[in-house]
Amino acid sequence: MDFTDLLQLVVYGMVLGSILTLGAIGVSLLFGILRFSNFAHGDIMTFGAYTAFVVISVFHGPVWLALPVGMIGGALISIIADQLVYRHLRRTQPVILLISSFGMALIIRSIIQLIWGTQDKSLVKGIQMPMHFGDIAVRPDHIWIFGGCVGIVIAVHLFLTYTRMGKAMRAMSDNMDLARVTGIDAEKVIICTWALGGALAAAAGVFLALDTRLTPMMGWSALLPIFAAAILGGFGKPYGAIVGGMVIGIVSELSTAVMPPAYKPAIAFTVMVIMLIVKPNGLLGARR
Amino acid sequence: MSEPDLILDMNALVGGYGGNDILKGASLTVRRNEIVVIVGPNGAGKSTLMKSAFGLVKIRQGSVTFEGEDITNMRPDLVVRRGMSYVPQEKNVFPSMTVQENLEMGGYLRKRGIAEKMDHIFQIFPRLKERRKQAAGSMSGGERQMVAMGRALMLDPTLILMDEPTAGLSPLFIEQTFDRIIEVNKLGISVLMVEQNAKQALEIAHRGYVLAMGRNRHEDTGAGLLGNQEIAEMFLGG
Repeated sequence: MDFTDLLQLVVYGMVLGSILTLGAIGVSLLFGILRFSNFAHGDIMTFGAYTAFVVISVFHGPVWLALPVGMIGGALISIIADQLVYRHLRRTQPVILLISSFGMALIIRSIIQLIWGTQDKSLVKGIQMPMHFGDIAVRPDHIWIFGGCVGIVIAVHLFLTYTRMGKAMRAMSDNMDLARVTGIDAEKVIICTWALGGALAAAAGVFLALDTRLTPMMGWSALLPIFAAAILGGFGKPYGAIVGGMVIGIVSELSTAVMPPAYKPAIAFTVMVIMLIVKPNGLLGARR
Repeated sequence: MSEPDLILDMNALVGGYGGNDILKGASLTVRRNEIVVIVGPNGAGKSTLMKSAFGLVKIRQGSVTFEGEDITNMRPDLVVRRGMSYVPQEKNVFPSMTVQENLEMGGYLRKRGIAEKMDHIFQIFPRLKERRKQAAGSMSGGERQMVAMGRALMLDPTLILMDEPTAGLSPLFIEQTFDRIIEVNKLGISVLMVEQNAKQALEIAHRGYVLAMGRNRHEDTGAGLLGNQEIAEMFLGG
């Protein structure tokens, strides 16, 4: 294990981190506005990835087209889940929403298995030759994944900073009661937040499937590191999720230098627990 | 309801938040261009009475009429559209957003003229213009109160409700806040407020209500209430 190997792991970590970031931003946004942890987020990721898979396998479309279609799929399933289930639970305790999101996760995963079966699939066939930068090997996929994530994160930032709806989302997340008395239509903002969170989850799912394989369990297994990333950055803070995602991604990959890769989720969890003990509000969380 | 200048008419309200009625038949009116103050001991239902105009309290009996329209138990975002703004006592800004963004949110329902309206508000509160890129959460209590008032003014309301606008402010800021309220009122906006600093509030008020146990106790002009010996002893601290 020399310096080049470590650098190689950091590259892998950045790819994983950027995928986790997309998932964590969605989880954080939804938590900021709806005040509950969406356990179905991982399966929305999976659903988005399978929607993208349809474009590639059935219509033989290119990946760059499959990505936005998958994102639309993720947005739609999120809105449907909200309107069918969560909408009726707006005034209940967060724990009830949390449990129902767990149920929603199982429902979405079952739908995926009914439609596409339980076998693993790959989004893109064939073996890719890595490119070499000095001693570091980088797969072209990884450049697309990282670049795509950076582009999407920038787009989300611009949306939250400059658009009327983006500002209304921040206002709702800041102070729901004040947003209501200010005249902001809370239901409309909630639906848009689901759409955005779902689309980001789907993008994360597509990128994860590009990086590894398409399986019905892929999103569910990514859920823990995604929550770890969101908590690390300060739950409810979309910008913290970026930092959190990168830290969890890189630390997870670096850990494979000293222990078996199967421990990656445990490492993510450990980082999260340490964070909760040392700074419970997260890296970018407000002090209270 | 024959008075043409009557804009808010709250009639014999009974209601509260959960099962307990805090209001037990309270009534109140606001006329055009008036500053009306609600004073009274703690737990009298002052804030509750004001919030009931804004759909924030469950009204079981009685009615609220605004500009001739029945708005009893109407949703807050629909009340805002009709020209009534509300400034809560605490948590009355969006802390992570800048002053300018706070004002923009106030004008969320405005289709056009947001920039012009904001300029107008910066004239009333020059300090907000200096600090418009600053996060509202990082400002002092007095400045936050200005942001909250500015936010509430963005929609050109006919009536603005303020819940203890001077609570927790230093004497200097209390004075300034009352000056601003007079200024706002001079723009033709009626003001209904609940105040702990009852003496100062009644000095600038056209009319005042003394509330006790969820019912009206007294109603008079601001000066009239200030001059009332009984009220002075009971509620205004001597």
